[in-house]
Amino acid sequence: MFSWLEKNPFFFAVGVFVVIAFAGLIEIVPDFAQQSRPVVGAKPYSLLELAGRQVYIKESCNACHSQLIRPFKSETDRYGMYSLNGEYAYDRPFLWGSKRTGPDLHRVGNYRTSDWHANHMWEPTSVVPGSIMPAYKHIFKNVADLETAYAEALTVKKVFNVPYDKDMNGDGKIDVPLGSFKQAKQRALQYALKVAQETKRKDLVDMVKQGKVPEIVALIAYLNRLK
Amino acid sequence: MQNPAIEYDYTVAKWFSYLAILFGIIGMGIGVWIAFELAFPELNYVAGQYTLFSRLRPIHTNTVAFGFTLSGIFATWYYVGQRVLKVSMAESKFLMAVGKLHFWLYFIGALLAVGSLLLRYTTSKEYAQFEWPFDIVVVLIWVLWGISIFGLIGIRREKTLYISMWYYIATFLGVAMLYLFNNMEVPTYLITGMGDPFHSVSMYAGTNDAMVQWWYGHNAVAFVFTVPIIAMIYYYLPKESGQPVYSYKLSLLSFWGLMFVYLWAGGHHLIYSTVPDWMQTMGSVFSVILILPSWGSALNMLLTMKGEWGQLKENPLIKFMVLASTFYMLSTLEGPIQSIKSVNALAHFTDWIPGHVHDGTLGWVGFMIIAAIMHMAPRFYKREIYSKKLLEMQFWLQTTGIVLYFSSMWIAGITQGMMWRAVDQYGNLAYSFIDTVTVLHPYYTLRAIGGLFYFTGLFMWAYNFYKTMTASKAIEKEPQFASPMAA
Repeated sequence: MFSWLEKNPFFFAVGVFVVIAFAGLIEIVPDFAQQSRPVVGAKPYSLLELAGRQVYIKESCNACHSQLIRPFKSETDRYGMYSLNGEYAYDRPFLWGSKRTGPDLHRVGNYRTSDWHANHMWEPTSVVPGSIMPAYKHIFKNVADLETAYAEALTVKKVFNVPYDKDMNGDGKIDVPLGSFKQAKQRALQYALKVAQETKRKDLVDMVKQGKVPEIVALIAYLNRLK
Repeated sequence: MQNPAIEYDYTVAKWFSYLAILFGIIGMGIGVWIAFELAFPELNYVAGQYTLFSRLRPIHTNTVAFGFTLSGIFATWYYVGQRVLKVSMAESKFLMAVGKLHFWLYFIGALLAVGSLLLRYTTSKEYAQFEWPFDIVVVLIWVLWGISIFGLIGIRREKTLYISMWYYIATFLGVAMLYLFNNMEVPTYLITGMGDPFHSVSMYAGTNDAMVQWWYGHNAVAFVFTVPIIAMIYYYLPKESGQPVYSYKLSLLSFWGLMFVYLWAGGHHLIYSTVPDWMQTMGSVFSVILILPSWGSALNMLLTMKGEWGQLKENPLIKFMVLASTFYMLSTLEGPIQSIKSVNALAHFTDWIPGHVHDGTLGWVGFMIIAAIMHMAPRFYKREIYSKKLLEMQFWLQTTGIVLYFSSMWIAGITQGMMWRAVDQYGNLAYSFIDTVTVLHPYYTLRAIGGLFYFTGLFMWAYNFYKTMTASKAIEKEPQFASPMAA
C-alpha cells in the first residue's frame, strides 16, 4: 500500500491529511460547546476594560505574565483561587501566556491598587526592588483607542451574542451596558476619571478631563477587573 | 539507458538561501539582545518603546521561525524538489514564475508583518501574532508554495516520491490546516465600520481559544521545526556522505507514526489548565509515544553513517548534520519528559521551556539549515566551500553556545520551579516572586553569552557563504557527494 501511495501523490496527500486531521477533531470538537459556557457571575468587559485589554495585548504583556492559576496549593496561596473554565468565557483571545517571567495576573485585581499599578508601570523598581520588568512610560501619554474597543464589543455582541445590554441575572437591571458609541464613551470617561484619581497622578486626571483616556488608565481598569 | 544530465535551475533556491542567512542574523540578533535585556534591564530602553522586551520577543520568535526557518525550508525545497523528482524548474516557465513570485511575496510579506508587530499590531497568540491582513498574505504565500510543489510533482520524471517529498508535502498540508483554523478571526471594522481596520477578534473564546491555539502552537513546531527539517536531513545527509539511507521500513514507520501521533501532543501545553482532564492526559500520553517516530528518524539518520564514522572527523558538514540528529533526539526526549504531569507541574511557565525549545531550534533546525545551505553553495556556484577551517570553528563555537544555553536554562527553570513551590516549616510560601527572579541573573547572563556565541557563528557562516560565492576556487563539475572544501 505504501509503495503505491508513494507513486500516487494525490492519494498520498489525502492519506496524510486524514491522519493529521484526526487528532484535532477528536480533541477539540467534543467539548467545544461545554467549554463555551460562562461561570455564574462572569460578565463581559466594559468598554474601558476592553480598551485596557487591547493595551495589554498590544504591549504583549502575555509574553511574560500568565493568567492561569493552576490547582496547586503553592499557586492558590500565591495568587488566589485556581482558575475556572467559565471565567474565560468572554476572553477573545485567551491570555493564559506560556511563561512566567513575571507573576501570574489572573486575580491581580484582588491585591493591587490603581496607584500601585501606575507607580509600577512608570518605574517598576520603585515598588518592586530588583524587578527586571521595563518601564512602560509611553502608555502614560498614548491615548487609548476607545473606538476600536467599541468596534470589538459591538462585533462580539453581534456575532457571538455576548450579553451586552442584557439583564443576565434577572434582577431587572442591565448588567453590562454598551449602547451607542457616544453613550459607551461617556460611561468609559466617567470610569476612567475614577481610576485616574485613584492613581493620584494629576497628568492622568487632566487628560481624562480633556476627554482623552490615557492607555495606562484603561490598562489599570482592566487589571483591576481581574479578580 | 542513461538519460542526459538534467540542468537544474537554482535561482529561487539561491534567493531563499540569502534570505535564510539574512533573517537568521536579524532574528537571532534580536534573540541575543532580549536575552541580555533579561539580565540587564537597562537595555530595554535603547530605542525607546521599540526595544522593550515584550515588543521584541514576538518579533524574535516570528523572524526565526517564519523568517529564518521557512526561508531555509523553501531554499531546500527549490533545490531538493527538482533533484528528487528529476525535473528542472527551467522546463516550466510557469513554475519558474510561481517560484519567483513566491519569493517576492514572501519577502515583502515578511517585512510588512515584522513592521506590523513593531507597531503593536498583534493578536497575542503565540506564533500566530499577525493580524488578519497579514494572515491573508501568508495564505497566498502558502498557496503559491503548494502550486510549486504539486506543479513540480505533476511534471516529474521519477515516479516514486522520495522520503523528503513525503515530508515536504506533509509540511504544506499540516501548516495549511493549522494556520487556517487557528487564525479564524473576525475583523471588527468589517462588522461595525469603526475603529482600526487591522483589528480583529478571535472566533474562539477562553478555553476553546487556548485549545485551538496550542493545537496550532505545538504543531507549528511539528510542521515547521520538525517535519521539513527531516525532509532536509533525509536528502542532505545521504548525499553528503554518499551513504544510502539505512532503512526504508524505519523511514516509513517514522513518517506515518509522526503524522499520526504529533497532532495529539498539543494538549501537553495545557496540563493543569481548564481544558478537560482527559485531553491533558491524551496530550501527555501521546507526547511520550512521540519518542518512537522521532527517534526512528534520528536513528535512521545516525545508522546511515554506519561504518563511515571517519567522515565525522573529516567533514564539518557531516558534523553539523550528525549533531543535528543528536540534538533532535535530545529534544524529543526532553519534550516528553516535560509532558509528564508531575514534571510539567514543575517545568511549566519556567525557563526550562525556552531551554527545551532552543536545544531543538538551535541544535536541530539551525544546524540542519546551515549544513544544507553550505552543501548547496558549491553546487550553486560551481566553487569549493571557501574555508573548511572556518566551518569547523563555527561548528565548535555554536555547539558551545547551545550547551551554555540549554544547561543554564535547565538550572534556571528547575530553580525557579522549585522556589515557587517551596514552603517553610509552617507551610507558608518560602519566597516572594521577586526572589525567584533575581536568583536567575547569572543564568540569564550565561544564556545570553551562549546565544552570542551562536550568533557570532552565523557571521562566520555568512562570510564563508559569501566567499564561496565570490572568491573560492572554481570546480569543473557539480560534486557527486562530499562537498569540496578549501582548507
